[in-house]
Amino acid sequence: MSRDIVMDQRKRIHPTKFTLWVAIGSIIMMFAGLTSAYIVKRSQPNWSTFEMPVIFWYSTGVILSSSLTIQMSLRAFKQRERVKYRTFITVTALLGMAFVIMQWIGFSQIWQSGVTFAGAGGGQFLYIIAGLHAFHVIGGIIALIIMFFNAFSTRFRNYNAVPVEVMSTYWHFVDALWIYLLVFFMLLQ
Amino acid sequence: MSNEATLYGHSEVVTTHDVHHDEHHGHHHKETFITKYVFSQDHKMIAKQFLLTGIIWAIIGGLFSVLFRLQLGYPDQTFPILEELLGKWAAGGKIQPEFYYALVTMHGTVLVFFVLTAGLSGTFANFLIPLQIGARDMASPFMNMLSYWFFFLASIIMVSSLFVQTGPASGGWTSYPPLSALGDASEGSKAGMDLWLVAMAMFVVSTLLGGLNYVSTILNMRTKGMSMTRLPLTIWALFFTAVLGILSFPVLFSGFILLLFDRHAGTSFYLSDIFLASTQKALPNEGGSAILYQHLFWFLGHPEVYIILLPAMGMASEILSTNSRKPIFGYMAMIASLFAITVLAFLVWAHHMFVTGLNPFLGSFFVLLTLLIAVPSAIKVFNWLTTIWRGNLRFTPGMLFALGFVSLFISGGLTGIFLGNSTLDIHLHDTYFVVAHFHIVMGVASFFGMFAGIYHWFPKMYGRYLNNTLAFIHFWITLVGAYLIFWPMHYEGLAGMPRRYLDFSGWASFNQFGGLNRFISIVTMIVFAVQLLFVFNFFYSMFKGRRVTSQNPWGSNTLEWTTQINPGHGNWEGEIPEVHRWAYDYGKDGRDFISQTEPVGADESKH
Repeated sequence: MSRDIVMDQRKRIHPTKFTLWVAIGSIIMMFAGLTSAYIVKRSQPNWSTFEMPVIFWYSTGVILSSSLTIQMSLRAFKQRERVKYRTFITVTALLGMAFVIMQWIGFSQIWQSGVTFAGAGGGQFLYIIAGLHAFHVIGGIIALIIMFFNAFSTRFRNYNAVPVEVMSTYWHFVDALWIYLLVFFMLLQ
Repeated sequence: MSNEATLYGHSEVVTTHDVHHDEHHGHHHKETFITKYVFSQDHKMIAKQFLLTGIIWAIIGGLFSVLFRLQLGYPDQTFPILEELLGKWAAGGKIQPEFYYALVTMHGTVLVFFVLTAGLSGTFANFLIPLQIGARDMASPFMNMLSYWFFFLASIIMVSSLFVQTGPASGGWTSYPPLSALGDASEGSKAGMDLWLVAMAMFVVSTLLGGLNYVSTILNMRTKGMSMTRLPLTIWALFFTAVLGILSFPVLFSGFILLLFDRHAGTSFYLSDIFLASTQKALPNEGGSAILYQHLFWFLGHPEVYIILLPAMGMASEILSTNSRKPIFGYMAMIASLFAITVLAFLVWAHHMFVTGLNPFLGSFFVLLTLLIAVPSAIKVFNWLTTIWRGNLRFTPGMLFALGFVSLFISGGLTGIFLGNSTLDIHLHDTYFVVAHFHIVMGVASFFGMFAGIYHWFPKMYGRYLNNTLAFIHFWITLVGAYLIFWPMHYEGLAGMPRRYLDFSGWASFNQFGGLNRFISIVTMIVFAVQLLFVFNFFYSMFKGRRVTSQNPWGSNTLEWTTQINPGHGNWEGEIPEVHRWAYDYGKDGRDFISQTEPVGADESKH
């Protein structure tokens, strides 16, 4: 109903896509706030560091390949290859879950090396910053699961590419965000 | 069927469907009570929900100030009725110190966030953006609805924090750690503080959902002909308000997350070297920095004051121009100064931290940037004055409040120049001078903008007018009262009287102000009573007010007055009007006003 109302507006870029871009700006500000807090704290006495676990390299590889698969699912959707689309979206969701699990393993490795919540050094910041990032990935996974079920619904066929485009933009964003965070933690250890 | 049409057939089908049914727009869905009044997706109803919730919050927040002014004005007297009402918080009829801190904390939180952010921009951004840009609704009506319900949830949590046994948060509206981070530090830092943080987190979500929608609606959903430079200044102001919120609230959110971890997970982002007197224990936390929180907080906190002020500026511009029957003076300069304020808002946060141990060299840059805000502010004031200069003024209640806004903005803005200097701030910080400054320039001025907006757009909201006599009483007592309350505080502050103290009577330097404090308290009570009169007027007029009989009662140019008197969901019956000119063609070529929908005539003069 209110969708109809929106749809008859004259429009340039689709409002939903635009809203996502603004939301991305907002999320960037949150991480900018946290990473600049990190920079400020780092220059103060009693700063402690942590060992970057190797599994973070693997998880980076996983999220990078998931970016590739979501791009392929978008292409498949636009070319109306439904089976391919379903496969790629499923793979993307699985890769996303693998990423979150690997992050979790990485956190527990750091935790076991003696870096707990006590203190205010790089490790504590990593838990919070990377943890928040993982929450954003989980949000994306939930959206992917909803799309997964929509894609298998026989009752309802949708050829509107906007949701898939929005999804892939968001997914590329959380991917890029993780790369930024990883480089940030590497450089500012 | 072309390939393109097949691929995107779905959305096209929806569009044609809509064109066919255009004539039924106002009422083509079955609406139940729930979908119309509660979980409504109509921006006008959501605006009213924000407004009503805001009014309830304003009464609560205002009542808090009456309570603590009672203490400040009559520190040596007891009021047994307070004990009856508040129990242990007013044992023996006297406001207890813990409760006093809770009152000032909640007064600040409620009025800054729940009234002047959600109540002000929530109401008018929702109401005016689609109506004034010519859209049927927001970009995402569903997100808009969520925005209100997150605000509602935040409200419920914040209200419930008033009733927990240890009381609500009481570490000031800024919630500085370590006080706010340590449950043992004070009663208010226990459960009340957690509820405060959770409520504020919900509030941030609400503001972000709303703000995203406002920005994408303004940029994407304007009607044909409505270029950005034809937008009314209200929309420009609401646009920059939303941008400020989107970019600054997430940073506050990060600050809150770190604070929550410090409270419950044992991290020490903000904590270091603390010995707690209440438990006689040294805390293990090391390496934290309390100033870090202040940076994160004020990175929101300063833009926040413009989030509060900009909508008031926008509405004042619109109302002053309409009721002076003159075009706004310096339209582009108005937009440029809004933009300048928005940019500068992000670059001045440390002027709240001059005395925290901030590097004085760094402080001098913040002084410069802070004082730079005087430039766009002065441009705005100049333009408002030149707009009403030799205008054909109509003193409607909305106009009076808009004029009051300009007056308050000037008087409050001037004291900002004092406070922006880091050297003067050594003396003035944490005194009543600060209290007076921000209450006038941000608190009362924005309230005046909000009142102006309510009086001006009430006929559009409810199809009835507010009562004028009550409105005039409301205006004059509030204006005079605001000056009588806050003007003397400058004087107390210059003398060094600190804020947030419960009782000055035993303090030789400041007990000379006892009579003045009593005077301020009496005026506060009168002004509060007059606000209740306004609330009465609001609800009475909603049902019994004089009916609006013409579509455009103020003779205004903007699009909202081209809708029916009581527009349905979708705003316009039939087609959305096309726009041919800017919003301020008043008194042009001998005509009183020319609506934005009227095509430019061949022999029309240029503006």
